Amino acid sequence: MSVVAINDERRGFTVGQYLICLRGITWREALRFVHQRERFISALVRPLVWLFIFAAGFRQILGVSIIPPYETYVLYDDYVTPGLMAMIQLFNGMQSSLSMVYDREMGNMRMLLVSPFPRWFLLTGKLLASTSVSILQVYAYLVVAWLWGVEAPAWGYVAVLPALALTGMMLGALGMLLSSVIRQLENFAGVMNFVIFPMFFASSALYPLWLVQQSSPVVYTVCRLNPFTYAVELIRFALYLRIDWISLAVVTGMTILFTAGAIIAYDPARGLIARRGGAG
Amino acid sequence: MSVAEIAGPTVDSTHDPASIVPAVAVHGVSHAYGTRKALQDVSLMVHASRFTALLGLNGAGKTTLFSLITRLYDTQQGSIEVLGHRVSREPGEALRRLGVVFQARTLDLDISVMDNLLYHAALHGIGSRAARRRADAVLQEIDLADRARDQVRKLSGGQMRRVEIARALLHQPRILVLDEPTVGLDVASRSAILRHVRSLVRERGVAVLWATHLLDEVIAGDAVVVLHRGRVLALGDVADVVSAAGAVDMRSAFIALTGGAPEIQE
Repeated sequence: MSVVAINDERRGFTVGQYLICLRGITWREALRFVHQRERFISALVRPLVWLFIFAAGFRQILGVSIIPPYETYVLYDDYVTPGLMAMIQLFNGMQSSLSMVYDREMGNMRMLLVSPFPRWFLLTGKLLASTSVSILQVYAYLVVAWLWGVEAPAWGYVAVLPALALTGMMLGALGMLLSSVIRQLENFAGVMNFVIFPMFFASSALYPLWLVQQSSPVVYTVCRLNPFTYAVELIRFALYLRIDWISLAVVTGMTILFTAGAIIAYDPARGLIARRGGAG
Repeated sequence: MSVAEIAGPTVDSTHDPASIVPAVAVHGVSHAYGTRKALQDVSLMVHASRFTALLGLNGAGKTTLFSLITRLYDTQQGSIEVLGHRVSREPGEALRRLGVVFQARTLDLDISVMDNLLYHAALHGIGSRAARRRADAVLQEIDLADRARDQVRKLSGGQMRRVEIARALLHQPRILVLDEPTVGLDVASRSAILRHVRSLVRERGVAVLWATHLLDEVIAGDAVVVLHRGRVLALGDVADVVSAAGAVDMRSAFIALTGGAPEIQE
């Protein structure tokens, strides 16, 4: 009988190797982003269309009263900017999950999943990588918005970074969870419509919640239950150097929930992927 | 049904016998997708310095078995060990010793050959300097050093496969598992890939598990596992399987074992 002597008793990985792995995942995500210029352009154009066209119209008819975190009356452009920042991350999260479905169909995802690093680490690494890309997109948008005259306090641009990291993680994790239950790319378009638009419109991204409450208590309740509302508010408050603790708690809780869900869904023993199976 | 044991040479007999184990050992593995049984009580072994062909028609369960060995799915019943590391208990230790080439293309078409290799190296915790050195070496080996900076989508199907094999070897695994790696390739590319993998077995003592439905990829001296409808029908050296089936060659043995196999290609 053929045998082989084990003489490569390397076990486990060092912290440095974990970092190498994380850097590799992030680097690949960045490379893909750079190679998909249209993805970057559309990520930038989408919120700018809202800012340049939608906000220009609404500025004249919608006054935003003094509500926290604002200490003065603000233009609608200023009000809508945090919502558009969150929108960029929402689209990026869904785009990233779309690429996971694509990767799974094309087979790339398998190479990630057969890495010897723990699967929770690989998925979290992918999440961090996609969040980093979304943050770059948000800052690109902020530069253009600043040129358009939308200004936040100077330190707000720094203070918003951890908030963006958290909201990016939450929305990316939601996308990852969704990607685990999608069988094929074709099905994803429906989910985009059923997730992105309801989440975005039924939130405080476009209108203050008090205004929504006045027109429809039911929609107001939906907005209050929508985690995206809290992502928007966390960003809004951070941009003005304040912390909204409720939003922070909700976004943190949802990030943990969605990430755990995605890790379970991609778990080889318990996950939905394993139950669905593949070709023989 | 006669089942012969896969034989092979001892690679290193100077070590403690307690530490010597098969490269891959599959024990009584069964797997089902819902009510559909994909594998039933499958047992086999793959040894160092041996080319083991996993022969089966489409739907035989080859891809499911690969998915279990590489822990894309967990085993529902039975166990799989890679160099003594149980895949379900020590997935990291098992996977770091495996080089994997899936049936579906798994290269990222949008980035360069080199970036694909560096990405894989990172997924195995190999630092960039060492990764680049190894990537240069494996590309040299497969005669694609001049294509390192090219986008993968500019390569031919055969070249992509060679890059995938090179990538699977980048972390210097002791075992290479390949799921129908020559599907869709022309004759010249197929034979080049087979030659390369066989040289790895011969010269480096790599254990190879090669899933295929193409009988001409099996030669005398290989170990063979015949998988049909989720069950192992025969395993052993080609000569043993042929004689156990009362056949004259591997083709007729395969047909005899599986009850006729019109789809088999040569």
